[in-house]
Amino acid sequence: MTQAEQSVSPENPKMTADNVNIFYGDKQAIKDVSIAVGTDVVTAFIGPSGCGKSTFLRSLNRMNDTIVGAKVSGSIKLDGQNIYDPSMDVVQLRARVGMVFQKPNPFPKSIYDNVGYGPRIHGLAPNKADLDVIVERALRRSGLWDEVKDRLAESGTALSGGQQQRLCIARAIAVDPEVILMDEPCSALDPIATAKIEELIHELRGNYAIVIVTHNMQQAARVSQRTAFFHLGTLIEYGKTTDIFTNPKNDRTKDYITGRYG
Amino acid sequence: MQGRIAARYAAERRFRWMGFGAVVMSGVFLAFLLFTMVGNGLRGFTYTSVTIPIDFAASPLTVGRDVFSAPDADQQIANAGLREIVDFAAEEALGTDGAALISENAWQVVRDALKADPDAANIRGEFSLPVASDIDIAAKDDGNAAAERAVATLKEKGLLSTGVHWSFFTRADATDPAVAGIWGALKGSVMTILIAFAVAFPTGVLAALYLEEYASRNRWTDFIEVSINNLAAVPSIIFGLLALSVFIQFFGICQASPLVGGLTLALMTMPVIVIASRNAIKSVPPSIRDAALGVGASPVQVVFHHVLPLALPGIMTGTIIGMARALGETAPLLLVGMRAFIGDVPSGFCSASTVLPMQIFLWSDQVDRGFVEKTSAAIIVLLIVLLSMNAIAIYLRNRFEKRW
Repeated sequence: MTQAEQSVSPENPKMTADNVNIFYGDKQAIKDVSIAVGTDVVTAFIGPSGCGKSTFLRSLNRMNDTIVGAKVSGSIKLDGQNIYDPSMDVVQLRARVGMVFQKPNPFPKSIYDNVGYGPRIHGLAPNKADLDVIVERALRRSGLWDEVKDRLAESGTALSGGQQQRLCIARAIAVDPEVILMDEPCSALDPIATAKIEELIHELRGNYAIVIVTHNMQQAARVSQRTAFFHLGTLIEYGKTTDIFTNPKNDRTKDYITGRYG
Repeated sequence: MQGRIAARYAAERRFRWMGFGAVVMSGVFLAFLLFTMVGNGLRGFTYTSVTIPIDFAASPLTVGRDVFSAPDADQQIANAGLREIVDFAAEEALGTDGAALISENAWQVVRDALKADPDAANIRGEFSLPVASDIDIAAKDDGNAAAERAVATLKEKGLLSTGVHWSFFTRADATDPAVAGIWGALKGSVMTILIAFAVAFPTGVLAALYLEEYASRNRWTDFIEVSINNLAAVPSIIFGLLALSVFIQFFGICQASPLVGGLTLALMTMPVIVIASRNAIKSVPPSIRDAALGVGASPVQVVFHHVLPLALPGIMTGTIIGMARALGETAPLLLVGMRAFIGDVPSGFCSASTVLPMQIFLWSDQVDRGFVEKTSAAIIVLLIVLLSMNAIAIYLRNRFEKRW
C-alpha cells in the first residue's frame, strides 16, 4: 500500500498491522491495511460511516471473533507477537488490550463491582484490601472518584451517561492494560461529558497506547497525535495529526477534512 | 372530510366497547367459576361428627399394651374386633340403626386415638366420630328423607357437631368420603413436580444456553430449534405414551410412582423451559457480553457471571409457569398408571401415588354423593397451589428484573 508506506512510523510501535484484510462472509470490510500504533501517543481513526474503522479497531483485540462469519487475514502484532497466532490466549490479549465502547455499557452491578470485575477474574487482587486499592486507583484515574466515592455500592447504571462512560474507562484501566481501544466513546454524550472524556484521554496518554475511533474531526484534532484516515475499507493516509489536518497529501483526505463529503 | 372524522371516532368507540365487553365477559366467567367452586368446596372442608361413649371396661379390647406401638398395630387392633366394639357402642347410644349412622371407617378414628393414648383402651370414654356420608349431607341440608329424619333425631339429642375436617389434609384417598383426604395426592403432586423440576430445569437451561451462546447458526441448529418448538406443541397424552413405552416398558422404572410421573412431566415441560430461557437469554443486551469480553472474561465467565444472572428472572418465570402447567396435567399421567386408587400417603419417590388433578378426576367419577363436595374442595386446594406458584413467578419477575 503506497499511502501506508508514506505514513510516519511512530518511534516505538506498540501494535503493528501488516496487510490486514477483514471479511464479513463474502463482503470485504478492510482491504490490505498496514499501520503501526505508537506507545506514547493517541492515535485517531477517522473516516466516513461504513469505512471500516470500527471493524479494524475491533480486530486489534479480536472482538470480531464473536461475530459469525468474520475472518481476518494478514498479521497484527502486539509487541512483536502475532495476536491471531493459535498460541495467543484471547483472554490474556483482551486483558492487555482493553476496550471502551460506543454506548456506555456498565454491568448492572454496583460501581465497585463494575471496576473490580476485571481484576477479580484475572486474579490481580488476592484479597479485598488489594481490590479496594485497585478500584480506587482506577476510579481516580478516570476522574470519577470524587463523584462516586460515597456511593460505590450503588448500581453503575444509575449514573449519568458521561459518568457511565468514565466508569467503563475505569473498568478498562483497572486490569492495567497496555493499549486502550475506544470506539466512538463520546458519540452518545453531551458536549460537557465529551469534554471530560477528552480531558481524561489527555491525562491517560503516556500510560497507555490509546486508539480512538471518532466521527468528530475536531475531536480527532484535539485529542490525538497521530491520525489515520480510512475510506471504503482502505487506509488512505496516516500521519501526524497536525500534518493530516493542515497539510493532507491525499486529495480524498483533503476533501473529507474540509467537509466536501462524509 | 367531516364524515371520515366522524367514522373514525365511531370506530374508536366501537373498538373500546368491544374491548371492555371482552374484559367484562372474562370477569364474569372467572367470578362464576370461583363462586361455584367456593360454594361447593367450602362444605368439603367441614364434616359432621357424632359424640358416642365407648365403654372399654364393659367390652374390652383384648390386646396387650405393647400392641399399640407395634409396627403392625393397625392389623392387630382390627383383628381384635375394634370395629365390632365401635358399632356396638353406636347401637347402644343411637338405637338399632346406630352402626349405619356412623361412617364405616369411624373405628379407624378410634384406633388412631387409642394408638395416641393407650390408657384410654381400658376405660369408658367419649369419642367424636364422623357420621356416615349420607347423614353428613343431610346435616348440611341437602340429604334424602330418611337421613333428614335421622339427623333431626340426633340434633334433638344434641349429639351432632360440625368441625373443620382436619383429617382431609392428613389422609389419602378412601372409599368413604368421611375419611378420604387430599394429603396423599398433594404429597404425590409435590414429589412429582420436584422430580420434573430437577430433571427439566437444568437440562432446559443448559440446552438454551448452549443454543444461544455457543452453537453456530447452521442447518442443524435450525432443525433443533424447529423441533423444540414442535415438541412444545405436542399434545400431552402423547408424552404419556412415550413415557409408558420408554420409562416403564424399556427401563422398568416403578410405575404409578412420582418418579415416573415426574420424568413424564419433565419431558413435557422441558421444551417450554428451553423456549422461555432462550427468550430470556436473548433479551440480555449484547453490549453486556461485549463489556465482559472486553475486560478479558472467557465465554464461560461471560455466561455465568453476566448472562445467566441477568436472564434468571425470566428463566424462573417461564419455568414456574411451565411447572404450574405440569402440576395441572392429568392426561400423560393416566398412561403411566397414576390413576389407580391409592389408599396410602406415598412414602417415597418409588411408591405408588396419585396427583391432585388425578384425584379430582377420580373423585368426580364416584357414585357416593359425599365425593361431590370433596371434588370441589380438592379443586380449591389445586387452584390455591397454582395461584401461589403464579404469584411467586410474578414476584420473582418484579423483584429481580434488571432494566437498562
